[in-house]
Amino acid sequence: MKATNELSPTIVACPNGPLLIRGDFELVTGTGEQIPRQRKTIALCRCGASTIKPFCDGTHKLTKFNTENPAAT
Amino acid sequence: MTNPAPLETRGPASAALLEALEDAPETNPTQPAAFLAAVEKAVNETKDILVDEDLQLVLTILYGLHYGEVGDWEPRWEWQPDVIQARLGIEAVFEAALRERIPAPDLPRPEAEAVAKELFRLTAEDSGPSLSRYLARDATNAQAVEFIIHKSIYTLKEADPHSWAIPRLRGRSKAALVEIQADEYGGGRPDHVHATIFAGTMRGMALSDRYGFYLNHVPAVTLAAFNMMSMFGLNRRLRGAIVGHLAAFEMTSSIPNRFYGNGFRRLGYDEKVTWYFDEHVEADAVHEQIAGRDLAGSLAEDEPELLPDIIFGAQACLYLDGLTGTHMLTAWDEGGSSLRRPVEPIDPAHTL
Ligand code: FES
Repeated sequence: MKATNELSPTIVACPNGPLLIRGDFELVTGTGEQIPRQRKTIALCRCGASTIKPFCDGTHKLTKFNTENPAAT
Repeated sequence: MTNPAPLETRGPASAALLEALEDAPETNPTQPAAFLAAVEKAVNETKDILVDEDLQLVLTILYGLHYGEVGDWEPRWEWQPDVIQARLGIEAVFEAALRERIPAPDLPRPEAEAVAKELFRLTAEDSGPSLSRYLARDATNAQAVEFIIHKSIYTLKEADPHSWAIPRLRGRSKAALVEIQADEYGGGRPDHVHATIFAGTMRGMALSDRYGFYLNHVPAVTLAAFNMMSMFGLNRRLRGAIVGHLAAFEMTSSIPNRFYGNGFRRLGYDEKVTWYFDEHVEADAVHEQIAGRDLAGSLAEDEPELLPDIIFGAQACLYLDGLTGTHMLTAWDEGGSSLRRPVEPIDPAHTL
């Protein structure tokens, strides 16, 4: 693991799960309004099934969301 | 604030302990020795320590000496040698019983991603009775109250048993545990401490939020689930197990908490009561990722000899969850109460 500057955000692409974001960043809507954040580290849904989007609520586990790309044909 | 009823004894060992605790440790030196003898006898005779009312209550009181708030006892009891020896004696049998019942699966490679994957697999496989679905759809208000009372034994101290492990970890796994715990403890906002949010749930249901208020109500199996966490947390050699326990706990939390929140809304409760559950839907979807990879996964990479205990701790979490869930659902299915004594049902209309 590389040492990270406290200020620069890191995004962990969790296998079969959300994007986990740490560090200093702003979360805004398409029109630039702040989306309230309750915690420092957040998980953004990337499966589309969460009931609390843009945050992950664990539903990806029920839908068997798979982050592997299909093999090139 | 209402005072809880004095703790009721559940057999010779808890009777001897509660009697000894009435005085300072050195007031009557025969009492701690008598307690130790009563524990040794009870440990030899127990048929099933996981549901042994007497011994599980003793353990809860003994861990309570470390946590505080369980009783108003002379604080030096915490390190009284007979009391410590009694605790170790019960723990040895308790741990052996858990290891005997919980099957050891094939271990993953001691690599963070493989460990996280295996923990997600184990927790997804968990086919235990669905308490959360029952709460969401069918539970009566009286059953919802019982559920909260069982839950309060741990949740009014939420995160504390796992925090014992912080100084026992190093580097990446320590940073990950602190990252999770900081969020559990409100990220610097006292009113966001998860245990405090849960206390609000209890008050919103017209229940006492005082720790231990309902100790006389809950059966051994509920105490065992909390005692197991305290045992894993307070014994450095079991740090793998407490880490695995936390990972499994987080991985089986966000989806059930969504159901719980829906159940309490169905029963007519407002955000005062449901905030706790709604908060955990989002929080634990974050925590489970950190717990699987950065906490358990890093620990397995840094101390591979702890891998079997990481998996054991996760399975122990699922096993006790299953036991307590089955206990509640069976009692309700038979039309009875899951508590040792019923709590007066509360009509939500009076508490809203
Ligand atoms: S990624 Fe978790 S719910 Fe979508």
